[in-house]
Amino acid sequence: MRFVFKRSYDADIKLFKHRPQALWYLALLAVMLALPWIIDEFFLGEATNVLIWAIAGMGLMLLVGHSGQASLGHAAFMAVGAYTNVNMMESGIPFILSLPLSGIIAGVVGVIVALPVLRLHGIYLAIATLAISVLTEDFIVILEPWTGGVIGLVAPPIDLFGYEMDRYGTPTAFYFLTLLVTLLVLFAYRNLLRAPLGRAFTALRDSEISAQAMGVNIMRTKATAFGLSCVAAGLAGALLGLFAGAFNHETFNLVLSIQLLLMIVIGGLGSIHGAFFGAIVIGFLPQFIAISRDGISNLFGLGSVTIPGIESGVFAVILISFILFEPLGIYGRWVKIRTYFELFPFYRKNMFKRQKSYLKTERMR
Amino acid sequence: MDLLQLFISGLANGCVYGLIALGFVLIYKATEAVNFAQGDFMMFGAFITIWLTNTDYLGINFWIAVPVAMLIMGAFGYLLDVAILRKMFGQSQIAVVILTIALGFILRFAAGAIWAHEPQSLESPFAGREVRLGELVLGLEEVAVVFVTILLTFALYLFFNRSKLGIAMQAASQNQLAAYYMGIPVKRIQSLVWALGGVVAAVAGILFASKGAIDPSTGLLGIKAFAAAVIGGFGSLPGALIGGLIIGLVEPFAAYGLPAGYSQIAPYAIMLLVLIFRPAGLFSTTQKKKV
Repeated sequence: MRFVFKRSYDADIKLFKHRPQALWYLALLAVMLALPWIIDEFFLGEATNVLIWAIAGMGLMLLVGHSGQASLGHAAFMAVGAYTNVNMMESGIPFILSLPLSGIIAGVVGVIVALPVLRLHGIYLAIATLAISVLTEDFIVILEPWTGGVIGLVAPPIDLFGYEMDRYGTPTAFYFLTLLVTLLVLFAYRNLLRAPLGRAFTALRDSEISAQAMGVNIMRTKATAFGLSCVAAGLAGALLGLFAGAFNHETFNLVLSIQLLLMIVIGGLGSIHGAFFGAIVIGFLPQFIAISRDGISNLFGLGSVTIPGIESGVFAVILISFILFEPLGIYGRWVKIRTYFELFPFYRKNMFKRQKSYLKTERMR
Repeated sequence: MDLLQLFISGLANGCVYGLIALGFVLIYKATEAVNFAQGDFMMFGAFITIWLTNTDYLGINFWIAVPVAMLIMGAFGYLLDVAILRKMFGQSQIAVVILTIALGFILRFAAGAIWAHEPQSLESPFAGREVRLGELVLGLEEVAVVFVTILLTFALYLFFNRSKLGIAMQAASQNQLAAYYMGIPVKRIQSLVWALGGVVAAVAGILFASKGAIDPSTGLLGIKAFAAAVIGGFGSLPGALIGGLIIGLVEPFAAYGLPAGYSQIAPYAIMLLVLIFRPAGLFSTTQKKKV
């Protein structure tokens, strides 16, 4: 067990709690940088996919995990990012501008959508964002001149200072691009949480009424959280569009929104780590299911049996077991295991138990 | 005449939406949880009935199969609450939302694995028969849908506002702790509500499947029913039915009057407008919390 003595007020908000922690993250960064030389091209593509999921996950984590607002409609903002990015690239705006701009536009759209919708809370917010998610598909079809309608768009190759890259031609370069964006978003997120705004988000999540009493402007803070969250979603959408190569109205459907939400729940709500853990689960689960299905059918000599929709079924079972048995997600489990070893003989079973709360409605009749 | 025909078919569709919405509202009213899988419950109930009655499967008489299916769905709802949802007691609403979404996925997967993904329709005694009112020709199944829906809504309304059990359910939702103090067995009450939700879903499913074909992804219809419940104000039973009727009627007329591509937006657009201008719904039962 390590005791960290705080010698200044800044110690509370340092990026890393102590030096060994910083070293661990540095080691992780080194592994990520060396990854293209460690694994082959297929798995590098998967790693890129996971990073893109993680960016989107961070966006949603900021909203759901740190600000306490539910959203079932983040695929809509990913779609905004993807479509604006490709449109800007095709109209000649350099990629170095179009990628951040697509994030910002998604954020602005997010704020515009958020202002009326955020007056609602809890369940109503979830339903309103669900409706947005359903509407996205229809809007993409209607806005055919920009979105290519049902046929969709094909992402052009990226031109970065004269260096051309695309996902299949230069997977390593694309991986580094995604890694860079991930790191920037991560850095911004981490810093945001140390800033007054991030504190306001957390206060909002824990109790709207007490946040209000402490002088937090609820509406503005909620809209900011929604907007920032959509910036990350937009960036992830833009990258996903480039990664997929071609996309249409079905790429950004309701299932994607729900998957995003499930991802951060599995990872662990309220922690940045959770977004990454969840992304790893989401990214590798389809492969894992395919491999284990082949294994099982070989074992029993069934030939190749395919059950349609088994992925979402398995996914749902995993999700339910997480909500029932480990509501804190993978990150919560990791914290528990670490605490167990840190406190070795003194770990108690109920250390992380939350106080039971009883429901009270706001309905009067 | 065309318009009248549209009106009637919209009415019948609206009744099914209304019934699913009724399921949401029922469970929401009594447990403060929103069952995002209600549409899939409906689908599952319909498939169970199809499995019981259709000659390809068991071929039991329709009038025996319907109560059996309702019973099965009721037991399913009850057991679901006992086994899974009770463990969520006191956790945040969002956790329940995510849980029920996942449940919906599982039900859809199960139905697809058991009964395949092709659309099937129920062989009900109403199918294909007509009712003539003067010059108007109505499908008997559409009339039955409207009739059963009105009856069920009225019965549930009476149940919630007049019977002891219904009032206990409302109390349990308004303040769990206070309900405990008053000697209400909150846990059992909640299980009963889920059972009731399952029964209503089964009825909606039976009506839907006798009106047209059903396949495992029909459960996604639940999203439209959401729009209905929201328009009516989540927490008001007649509101849910009226919301369902509004959605059901808007759909065919939007398809009739608007260019293609815009019509399917209409229900959600109405719902968003209601959410923005009257967040508590047309038949509000909510009041802002004062500090």
